[in-house]
This record gives sequence, structure tokens and C-alpha cells, in this order.
Amino acid sequence: MRLVIASGKGGTGKTLVATSLALVAAERATGSDALPALLDADVEAPNVALFVRAEVSETVAVERLVPVVNAALCTHCGRCAEVCQFNAIAALPTQTLVFAELCHGCGSCALQCPAGAITEEPQPMGRVTLGQAAGLRLGEGELQVGEAMATPVIRALKHEAQRRGWDGEALTIIDAPPGTACPVIEALRGADAALLVTEPTPFGLHDLRMAVEVARDVLGLPVGVAINRDDGGDGSVAAYCAQEGLPVLLRLPLEREIAAAYSDGQPLVTALPRYRPTFEAALDALLALAEEAQP
Amino acid sequence: MKQLVVLGGKGGTGKTTVVAALAQLMATEGRLVLADADVDAPNLGLLLAPEVLYGERFVGGSEAVIDETACIGCGTCQDVCRYDAVLATDGVYTVDAIACEGCAACHYACPAGCIDMEPAESGEWYRSMTRLGDLVHARLFAGQENSGKLVSLVRHQAQVLAQDRDARWVLIDGSPGIGCPVIAAVTGADLALMVAEPTVSGQHDLDRVLGVAAHFRVPAAVVINKGDINPGRSAEIEAYCRERDLPMLGVLPYDDAAMAAMRQGRTVTEASDGPLAQALRGLWAVLKPMLGQ
Repeated sequence: MRLVIASGKGGTGKTLVATSLALVAAERATGSDALPALLDADVEAPNVALFVRAEVSETVAVERLVPVVNAALCTHCGRCAEVCQFNAIAALPTQTLVFAELCHGCGSCALQCPAGAITEEPQPMGRVTLGQAAGLRLGEGELQVGEAMATPVIRALKHEAQRRGWDGEALTIIDAPPGTACPVIEALRGADAALLVTEPTPFGLHDLRMAVEVARDVLGLPVGVAINRDDGGDGSVAAYCAQEGLPVLLRLPLEREIAAAYSDGQPLVTALPRYRPTFEAALDALLALAEEAQP
Repeated sequence: MKQLVVLGGKGGTGKTTVVAALAQLMATEGRLVLADADVDAPNLGLLLAPEVLYGERFVGGSEAVIDETACIGCGTCQDVCRYDAVLATDGVYTVDAIACEGCAACHYACPAGCIDMEPAESGEWYRSMTRLGDLVHARLFAGQENSGKLVSLVRHQAQVLAQDRDARWVLIDGSPGIGCPVIAAVTGADLALMVAEPTVSGQHDLDRVLGVAAHFRVPAAVVINKGDINPGRSAEIEAYCRERDLPMLGVLPYDDAAMAAMRQGRTVTEASDGPLAQALRGLWAVLKPMLGQ
């Protein structure tokens, strides 16, 4: 079972929710169960490890393939620049230039070069870290500073977890990046349900609508909502959820104590155990939502 | 004309709240053009009630479409696709438009020549008027690629408009993270203002986004938001900035006025004269000379 914690707006509390849900799931797993996994797919700003300190067992480099032109073989025909859709190759009369930062690593230039002058070489773009902590398997993807594309690192994280059989019967919780663009799609792809975290403000509502469009309408996932920093002051998020038939599975109040625990890197259910039942109920509800939708 | 971009690394640190207040303060002194570069969660418009004067579809790339009637079922397209975007069901090949990267490798490799690349409309951009000045903004359609390209378009249109209007400032509201939309927002700016949050995540993500600004050679300055949530961490960020010779432009207090103003669709400096509004005025006072005017 794969559950993804996502949001349109950033900073609504995805990591706060994902870490506490995972810790509650870890406590529940009995000896014979496979360990639940928590994957940090917010590879541009991975923060799970600041809350759940992992014993790292493995680090895998994430690389992308970029073309290298062998000047001795190049006939300057310009085919590579013609087939490249990302303007990553400039074919000049006597020289062929590659702009690696624009390359999407599709390999088309190497395939199409009639002189066989293009090879592809791996270039580091990030890493995946795998480890264990507190009855949990932990995986983290990290995009290298200066690299543009987050999606391949997210793909690599999911792939490495799958390769080690983390998925199987056990529960996997994925902390997604914010927004509604391609990295979010990659984090959500293959999920059994999504929990969208928002806050009861006009920004929260606006971005929740966009996240619902992605998770429910484009990807067809069962979707629940978590309302964080609920000060009771703005009912428009709850009204929207009621109107759209989206179940609100978790509510957290606007409380200084929660913000303080978060600011120091303490998972909420550890710092304030009174919230444990809230997260247990939310996990049950989310699992039920995912199970209902199973074929 | 000077371009100021506001970033944070971590989401929800208060970028848009700060941008809106700075815009209001700038507007009392000169002409500015606003650019909302957070195209997959654009919120600046919610505070500025923009009147859209012009809008246009954005074609960010293309996607492959297989002509089933001409397909010979050889599977070459699936072999060359590195994005798992070609699906085969009972020998019938189709393209998953969401997974398709638009690289055209299949189009060029198909021996039957039956794969076309069709333009993918992936968003819209708008030029609007607000009470504080012109706003260029955009919306990426759900789940689309090329948000970096759309941000570059928004930046370009804002610059063109600023030249037309003889504006003093272009003020850019960035997105969270460090990837392509952030790179597109920061490249070529005169100054990047980082809104940092005194939390472990805030510190960690600030360090990464400062790395991006340095990588693209854009000078950076830092302001701490909601500093009183954790004074110890706030002091750590100040020390971090001192060690690196990064200008620390102040500490903004936590203030309910931010949420109240947002709910009224106003900027904090319009809606309140409380501690946050005053701190934002102080921020603009130190920021303005850094923009060379």
C-alpha cells in the first residue's frame, strides 16, 4: 500500500504529517510484519531526515546521461541539434557544443547521429540515501544544488525502494514536493491514495484546488484532505471539501506548541503524544480510503 | 531597472506576504512591475485582485502521438523511450501523455514514420493591472512539465513591460525548492532576497537555495520571518549569515495580521500598522539602497 502526502502550496505541513503518520504506522507493525517505509520525495528540499534520524546503510548516486561528441568522428551534419527538442546542442560549422544543463538525457542525439560520433556519459545530479530508524525504513532523494530536474531523482528513489522489496506487503508513505508540476506527478504516480495537506486561508484553498486537479482529476487517485493550522477562522476550505465530496481525514489546530516542536525538528507525535490518537485515526481513514478503491 | 527576486527554499516561509508588502511600499515611491514566478501555485494575484488585460496560451513543448493505423507494432518507440511513456496493450502501442517528456526520440526512431509530435498546451500567462502596478502572472495546467520555461516567459514579459513603462523595479515572487522554476526565477536578477524560517527545515533549505543563487552568481540577502517562533534558531541563522558575509536584513515577527490581511485580500502594510507591518517597512528601508537607487 502506497500513500502519498502532497499539497499545492508549500509549507502547509506535509513533512509534519508524513513523519507522524509513519511513526504511528511503525509502532503498530508487529514482529512478523515487514517494516513500513517513509520516502522523502521532496528532493529539492528534503527534510524528513531532520525529524527522523536514520542510520544510513546505503547511498546510491543518481546520474543523468549527457552526450559527448567525439570531434574526430563528427561530420558537422547538424542532425543532433536538429533532433534535440531542448536546445541542448548547437551545431556550428566546425564545432558541436553540448549544453549539459539543458539536456533531458533522452539519448535521441546519440541514436540519430549518422557518424556514430556521440556517446553518453553519466553526470551526477543527486543521490538516494537508504537507511533505518525507529522501526521504519527510510529513503531520501536529494537533488544536487544547481541541477534543474527533480523528477529523475524522485524516480530513482522509488526505483531503489522497489528494488529492495520495500513496497511488497508493507506500507509506504511518501512525502511529496509542493506544487502541481511534473515532480509532484512523479511522486503521486502509482499511489493507492493521496492525502493533500492545506491550511484554511485563501492561499491554502486556491492551491488545494490545483492539487485536487492533479491527484484526483488527472491521476484518478482517491483523495483525502488534512487541514493544518486550523484556527476556525476560515470555513472556505471545509466548505470546498464538503462540496467536492473530499473527506477531511485530519485536522490540526493553530498552536504555538506544534510550531515550536516542528522548529526544533521533533516529530509531532513524539513531542506532543496527545496527538497520537489523531494520527492513528487519520492513518486508518486513509488506509480505508485506499482499500475502498482497490479493484 | 532593477530586478529583485524573493525565494525561500522551503515552502510557506512567507515569500508572497513579503512580496506583496514590498510591492505596496515600492508603489508609493515609483513604478514597478510584479512577476509571479510560482506558476504551479500562483498566489500573489489573490492579494492584488488583478484585472487581466491580456492572456495567452503557453505551449511549453510537444508530446508524441502514435498513428495506430500506420503502426507496424515493432516496439522501437518503447525501446528508445527513457520515460516509460510508451504503453503496449495487446500489441497496440500508445503514448502516456503525462509521462511523455516531448523528447521526440520515438518520432525520429520509428521506422514506419507513424509518430507525430503535437504541440502541448501546458499553461496560460497573463498581463494584468493591479492597484500597485502591472502584474505578469501565469498558471501551469495540472501536472504539466516545463514550469521553468513558463517562468522564463513570465520573467521576459515582465522585463519588456518594465522597459515600456520605464519602471524602476521588477519584483519577482519565486517558488519553493531549488529546481528548474527557481533557476529560471533567479537567473539574471540583481538581488535575491531569501525569506528564511527559524526551523530546522528552514535552515537546511535556506542553505540549498543560497547555493543556487551563488551558482548563478546572483547576490543574495536574508530576512528571517516569524523569528520569535524559535529565537535560538533565528540567532543561528543570523550567525550563519555573518560567517558568510551575507547581508541579514532583519527579523520579522510572527503576527496574526499576516493571516488577517491575506483573508481580506490586502497586503500586510495596507491592512495593519502592527509589528509585522513596521518590520516590513524597516526591511524596505534597508533593501532599497541595495537595489542601487
